[in-house]
Amino acid sequence: MEQLPKWADLIVVPIVGLILAFGLSMLMVLATGHDPMEALTLMISGALGSTYGWGYTLYYATNFIFTGLAVAVAFHASLFNIGGEGQAALGGLGVALVCLFIDWPHWSIALIAATLSAGLFGALWALIPAYLQAKRGSHIVITTIMFNFIAASLLNYVLVNQLRPKGAMDPATAKFPEATHLPSLGEILNSVGIPFAKGTPANVTLLVALLACVLVYFLIWRTRFGYQLRAFGKSQPAAVYAGISPVKITIVTMMISGALAGLMAINNVMGEAERLILGSVEGAGFIGIAVALMGRSHPLGILFSALLFGALYQGGAELGLWTSIPRELVIVIQALVILFTGALDNMVRLMVAKVLIRPKRAEA
Amino acid sequence: MDYLTILQILDSALRLATPLLFACLAGLFSERAGIFDIGLEGKMLIAAFFAAATAYSTGSVWLGMLAGIAGSLVLSAIHGLASITFRGNQLISGVAINFLASGLTVLIGLSWFKLGGQTPALQGGARFQSINLPFAESLSVVPVIGPLYSEVLSGHTFLVYVALLCVPLTWYVLYRTRFGLRLRAVGENPAAVDTAGISVVALRYAAVAICGVLCGLAGAYLATGLGASFVKEMTAGRGYIALAALIFAKWRPWYALYATFLFGLLEAISNRYPSLDLGFATLPSQFMQALPYILTVVILAGFVGKATPPRAGGQPYVKER
Amino acid sequence: MSTAPAIELKGISKSFGPVQANKDISISVMPGTIHGIIGENGAGKSTLMSILYGFYKADKGDVFIAGKKTAIPDSQAAIAAGIGMVFQHFKLVENFTVLENVILGAEDGAMLAPSLRKARKELTALASEYELNVDPDALIEEIGVGMQQRVEILKALYRQADILILDEPTGVLTPAEADQLFRILHRLKEEGKTIILITHKLREIMEATDTVSVMRRGEMTATVKTSQTSPEHLAELMVGRKVLLRVDKEPAKLGDKVLEIENLRVVDAAGVERVKGISLDVRAGEILGIAGVAGNGQSELLEVLGGIENGTGVIRVNGKEIDLTGALSDAKSRRKRGIAHVPEDRQREGLIMDFTAWENTAFGYDDDGAYQSGLLMNNTAIREDAQGKIERFDVRPADSELEAKSFSGGNQQKIVLAREIERDPDLLLIGQPTRGVDIGAIEFIHQQIVALRDKGKAILLVSVELEEILALSDRIAVIFDGQLMGERLPADTDEKELGLMMAGMTGGDS
Repeated sequence: MEQLPKWADLIVVPIVGLILAFGLSMLMVLATGHDPMEALTLMISGALGSTYGWGYTLYYATNFIFTGLAVAVAFHASLFNIGGEGQAALGGLGVALVCLFIDWPHWSIALIAATLSAGLFGALWALIPAYLQAKRGSHIVITTIMFNFIAASLLNYVLVNQLRPKGAMDPATAKFPEATHLPSLGEILNSVGIPFAKGTPANVTLLVALLACVLVYFLIWRTRFGYQLRAFGKSQPAAVYAGISPVKITIVTMMISGALAGLMAINNVMGEAERLILGSVEGAGFIGIAVALMGRSHPLGILFSALLFGALYQGGAELGLWTSIPRELVIVIQALVILFTGALDNMVRLMVAKVLIRPKRAEA
Repeated sequence: MDYLTILQILDSALRLATPLLFACLAGLFSERAGIFDIGLEGKMLIAAFFAAATAYSTGSVWLGMLAGIAGSLVLSAIHGLASITFRGNQLISGVAINFLASGLTVLIGLSWFKLGGQTPALQGGARFQSINLPFAESLSVVPVIGPLYSEVLSGHTFLVYVALLCVPLTWYVLYRTRFGLRLRAVGENPAAVDTAGISVVALRYAAVAICGVLCGLAGAYLATGLGASFVKEMTAGRGYIALAALIFAKWRPWYALYATFLFGLLEAISNRYPSLDLGFATLPSQFMQALPYILTVVILAGFVGKATPPRAGGQPYVKER
Repeated sequence: MSTAPAIELKGISKSFGPVQANKDISISVMPGTIHGIIGENGAGKSTLMSILYGFYKADKGDVFIAGKKTAIPDSQAAIAAGIGMVFQHFKLVENFTVLENVILGAEDGAMLAPSLRKARKELTALASEYELNVDPDALIEEIGVGMQQRVEILKALYRQADILILDEPTGVLTPAEADQLFRILHRLKEEGKTIILITHKLREIMEATDTVSVMRRGEMTATVKTSQTSPEHLAELMVGRKVLLRVDKEPAKLGDKVLEIENLRVVDAAGVERVKGISLDVRAGEILGIAGVAGNGQSELLEVLGGIENGTGVIRVNGKEIDLTGALSDAKSRRKRGIAHVPEDRQREGLIMDFTAWENTAFGYDDDGAYQSGLLMNNTAIREDAQGKIERFDVRPADSELEAKSFSGGNQQKIVLAREIERDPDLLLIGQPTRGVDIGAIEFIHQQIVALRDKGKAILLVSVELEEILALSDRIAVIFDGQLMGERLPADTDEKELGLMMAGMTGGDS
């Protein structure tokens, strides 16, 4: 197979994959007796047509930036962290403990503490699979899957038996104190005179997510650890030859990855729900896989694909609200994006190569 | 705990183990041929849906079963295309397939039945009926063994017995036939198979197809044997438990039976006793639910016997230069 | 009367992307002969034979078997046409028994038992006929490479192959095992089988073959009767000009001992002892060459010194002991002690093939202070440094932004060499310096090694190419089965004596 130019591989291939995914999904919409154009317009206007829509789109995007970065960092070290779901759930626990049991004078200090705690809990939850991979050679994909389920059971136990307020029925913590309330995007923008819908969940965590993108970029491409991580990801024997410790890289990379997934909790638990409920991650850990694949594991790409998926989720919710098309359509689109950009990427590449390379030959 | 309770728990364990066993053997065929499959969950789910939907529409559980298998096979074909033909990442393909099933079942289910993603309840010929084994009545009076036969072994639906039969059958196919030899070889060293003049691609597609059929049976059993309709996300992680059982069983058929039965038993116990009092400590039900996963991690860590997966597992076959 | 050739290839061409591996190749092999195909690494020998075996499809050209035009679209067709192949890297299922490997793909029916019974009988017969004794119930992973090779030959014979192709069969064998292999091959020839032997070793061609074809850069340059040619002539045909494996160098000016090794032992992951108590030393200004057949512990020796493997014993560098286990036994710590390492396999270890050339010039030295700026790496400094190295070592193309994989083997090696030599190490470890390197680059690389020696550095050279060892070394140590068989000065020895020592036959220490 001919090699594609780098720009085509990085940009054209994911976009073609995305178009294929959308095309097929819309065919399914058609097959279930709906109008694809109507669905598409509704999704776009629902997600991006108002500041209210944006308020939700950006909220979802914030989640996906964190989980997407988590998957991407591990990808660079050739590790497939499929445990973002569990790490984010544990991050939620970290946030809840910090918010519930400590009195904070101001939200900004609470945010810093919650960020550290969420990251730490997420990192620790990734530590055991990482250690087992590094020291015992246990396949990290399987162990992180197992840890997702163990996390679900653990949270179930903690919420039902420990953190649930007396007399409450649902498995959730009490509402966090007022002092930990994070300013929403609407509050911030309105205070400087920009009109933005109030009551939408996007909040100051978005800025933390953007900061995380920048930091991850520097980590991967500009620091010595990033250099070693990428070298390890490309060739383990070479890494050992160079004196890079596989154990250290595996463990530290997975902990960074787990911490990033855990950080998602400051958005959904602290910023939105303001209490920890069961199943708060809602699959965002898995969407991180799609986001990282689509974004080609680059922070900038992840930023765009997180926005795309954020819009998709908000649009899908609108769809479910106003039509009989369920929001699960989004899951189908997400599945197809993962399929075309992560598993059938060689097929897409072949298609792109046929279009790009053939005509060049004809000219020559 | 009296003897009857134990028997009831065992009976329920066998029923709960059945879908796990089908899925575990499905994974065994696929992974023994070198194709990792974390999409067992999705294939079971889509099979459960099409089995229930077809059984409801036609009134025939048999047509339902076939439809379930067909649905599962379509996803298998996608997995084969991605991991065999286009040499993509098998793990990512599996993840995609799980989401695809999760989304499609609701999308189609809502469009067909307008019941929030469920199918209507199945009745009569649209469900598998329990089969009483010969002499179950008369033998039940024999002490100890009699009730074991009539309460635990007898009175299950057709597919439970099929699943149990699949164990020796899988063993025989794997270790006593030409196909089995080649299948095991292609999961260990595809180049050896290729240079021996056998098609690696055909063998791997065959394995993936068998995996599809078995996942289809697992799903059909869930919706038409164990349950009586399709419910959104009804597999509830069973595909992953089956995957865990496969590792637990070290990719061997008889061990697959033991592992899935053990996991079925754990589920049966936690269903019956939400919190299990052991005298010195009380185990919360959540612990019981997590136990299969914890056990698998322990096995994977190699502290209790090393689980070595097939050597060529997960890697697409490319002829070396 | 003239019999038809057993095999005739006409006008075979094959490209992999832009690389043309075979260009319009024609060859004919008479039945009942041993036909050698010789050429350098990458000359296209293996590709040609893989086409004959149906492993690759030719872009152009025809194959005639016993005079009949035969299409070989896959290995199945090749087997049906009576062709068997023993690949350089064996194609065996490691956790299967010998018997299972033999019948794989040649089973008689859907059930295994009858096939196994039949194969067991047949194997006994073949064993007595050709001296091919193997335990049919042994697992492949539990028998040695020599045995595994026999299994490959048995696989072909069980499929009733009349034509047997062997690709570099002696690369992993000791000379004794190789001799035994050649006896088997002669035996097969007497029984009327046709054998094609692919090798890059002139000695094997001269000893074993009836006719020989020479390949160079994808082309067939000549086919001659072995009895009517000489090694010198073949060598010239192989490389296209007279080979001068003489390196001009001054006599060594020996300094102090830089490296001292006492009783070094290495046990691999499988628990097999690969290095069995080696003691040696290398002085400043000296090149010590380690000669030996691949797989006799020389790789492990380099790896322990380079900080890749653990070992036991005592190693001193400049008189001070280095750690052989623990946190300070890694490659980084070795570099800090003045040890540079050009590894045997540059594509797997020495370079990150997907990294750019400039990123690769910092590989292993990423902790260098000059490469840091605060918390970040100073990529500008690395780039500048890399450009200098590329110019000084004449890397072509001289573009540090290209990825390592887009350079030729010789230029990749120059990048590694530049990185390691310019660190001004006290001790340079260098394994297979010119493997897969084009002739032009070989001379350059050899000059660089000698220049480093002349700067008063110690060099430990490991190579399986005896000629290279003889040309470069100031002193030669021969390794066999994890032990040193003795030391020689290049002036006092020759290939023949070294060859005997490499086979484990010691001529007594001089």
